[in-house]
Amino acid sequence: MLRYYLNLYPAFLRIAVLAQIQYRASGVIWMIGSIIEPVIFLVVWSRVARARGGEVGGYAENEFAAYYIVLMLVNHVTFTWIMHVFQSRIQFGQLSFQLMRPVHPIHEDLSDNVAYKIVQLTVMLPAVIILILIFQPKFNFEMWSLLLAVPAIILALAVRFTLEWTLALVAFWTTRVNAINQSYFAIIMFFSGRVAPMALLPVTIQSIASALPFYYMIAFPVELLLGKLTPAQALTNIVIQLGWLAFALMLLVSLWKVAVKQYSAVGN
Amino acid sequence: MVAAVLADGLHKTYQVPVRGAGIQAALKSLVHRETEAVQAVKNVNLEIAEGEVVGFLGPNGAGKTTTIKMLTGLLHPTTGIAQVFGYQPAKREHQFLMQITLVMGQRNQLLWDIPVIDSFDRNRVIYKVSKTDYEKTLDELVALLDLDSLLHKPVRNLSLGERMKCEIAVALLHRPRMLFLDEPTIGLDVTMQRKLREFITQYNQQTGATVLLTSHYMADVQALCKRVIVIHHGSILFDGYLDHLVQRFTAHKTISIKLSDPLVDLSGYGELITRSEEQAAFRIPNREAANFTSRLLRDLDIVDLTVEDPPIEEIIESVFNQSA
Repeated sequence: MLRYYLNLYPAFLRIAVLAQIQYRASGVIWMIGSIIEPVIFLVVWSRVARARGGEVGGYAENEFAAYYIVLMLVNHVTFTWIMHVFQSRIQFGQLSFQLMRPVHPIHEDLSDNVAYKIVQLTVMLPAVIILILIFQPKFNFEMWSLLLAVPAIILALAVRFTLEWTLALVAFWTTRVNAINQSYFAIIMFFSGRVAPMALLPVTIQSIASALPFYYMIAFPVELLLGKLTPAQALTNIVIQLGWLAFALMLLVSLWKVAVKQYSAVGN
Repeated sequence: MVAAVLADGLHKTYQVPVRGAGIQAALKSLVHRETEAVQAVKNVNLEIAEGEVVGFLGPNGAGKTTTIKMLTGLLHPTTGIAQVFGYQPAKREHQFLMQITLVMGQRNQLLWDIPVIDSFDRNRVIYKVSKTDYEKTLDELVALLDLDSLLHKPVRNLSLGERMKCEIAVALLHRPRMLFLDEPTIGLDVTMQRKLREFITQYNQQTGATVLLTSHYMADVQALCKRVIVIHHGSILFDGYLDHLVQRFTAHKTISIKLSDPLVDLSGYGELITRSEEQAAFRIPNREAANFTSRLLRDLDIVDLTVEDPPIEEIIESVFNQSA
């Protein structure tokens, strides 16, 4: 079975890259959004830091620049769009075809996701270079944190992808998924460090955030890369990521079973 | 021997929400959602042997697609047993899915923006088809369906007919043993319909695959299926040879004659449907057809005489009307 997937993924990836190249125009438009958001917060927090005499919550002006540029990259690697598309997949019968194939649809979604990110790096990397030139960030990269960041980012993607794929399954029960999606996006925005670095939030919020999975999907690898964590903290967080991944996978498997049963009970 | 397809006492009941018109009914449904049970399929029993090509007929909403979805595993039966090659479709086991295919007209599994050949390649990997088998099957499909010029075009640039041919091809690349074809010729012109029919026949003969086909075009069914299953209001009305269906449900034959004398009086022979100067056609009950014919031949000077069954569309329509 492992060999099957080892053949499957390169083929899926190849096709997904081909398709993504076809969609390059719409891909670029999507990218504009994911670049503008961190830039706005970067500008706002830099101004706040300057007004406060050069620092807020342990972040100097040029460290905010570093934080949001790295966050932009980590968010690019870990984001998914599955929650936007699942409903139409059910509505227009595409899911029926996916169910008829002897392979779980999640594998193709993961390939599409990775392919999109690879193709869009051609937009993302120049954007990063331009932002570095404009905002003069201060990076404190260290060898150990760069090395640990690799598994941390991969796990962040795995947790976020699995969890959002599972949440997308609500489309099996309701046709009003937009309301649910909007609430989710607001929550993740706040608790994942996108609105502000965790250190700037009240302590109560910080402890709530550490009990939720969102910090581990975005902010944790960012803080790790910026040298804000000790090796012990970093390793603990990686273990927590593994825990969330196991939980999300279990949830996905059991909910998928129920969802397919529901789908095939009601018809489509 | 295990039958390719087996359905035993298959039922499917949908719970459909019902709500009256107006605000009051809308508010009431907030508190208490009323549902109504709709029986889409009632006690369907059927058995299809491996290698058979069976036509599945019925008007819209008769339960054809529901039955096919239960046989492909997209729907759980409410009660009863569905089996394909001994597998329970609703379990969607890997080995089961590897052996079947479902073609639904107007739906597509091809990727819209990339060349057809890339979608083909995706299925090759999904269905673990070896490179040599793939090349061989692809060559055959290209030849049979005339796909050569289409393979390297993006799907969005294909016409409906071209796309449909590619849909069929991609659905067959893994050489399925069981084909569920739900309206495969919908939207195609007459030539393309004929080509597809020829192809399905050839595929069945070459591979011994079993085919269950629904179509609104009787020409499809006549060309492909010796056996037909007629379903109406969720129940099977007829299961047997197409010829027998014709015999059972047509009470009349059409007898056409050509006369040497255009002025002869034909009244009193039987129900006259058309009459021109030399031509005439009668509608005669089956039982009387033989006597009627000999009487005509004895009494009149006849140049030509044909006895025909009514067109198959008319027969099917009368089947549905009788049971309505």
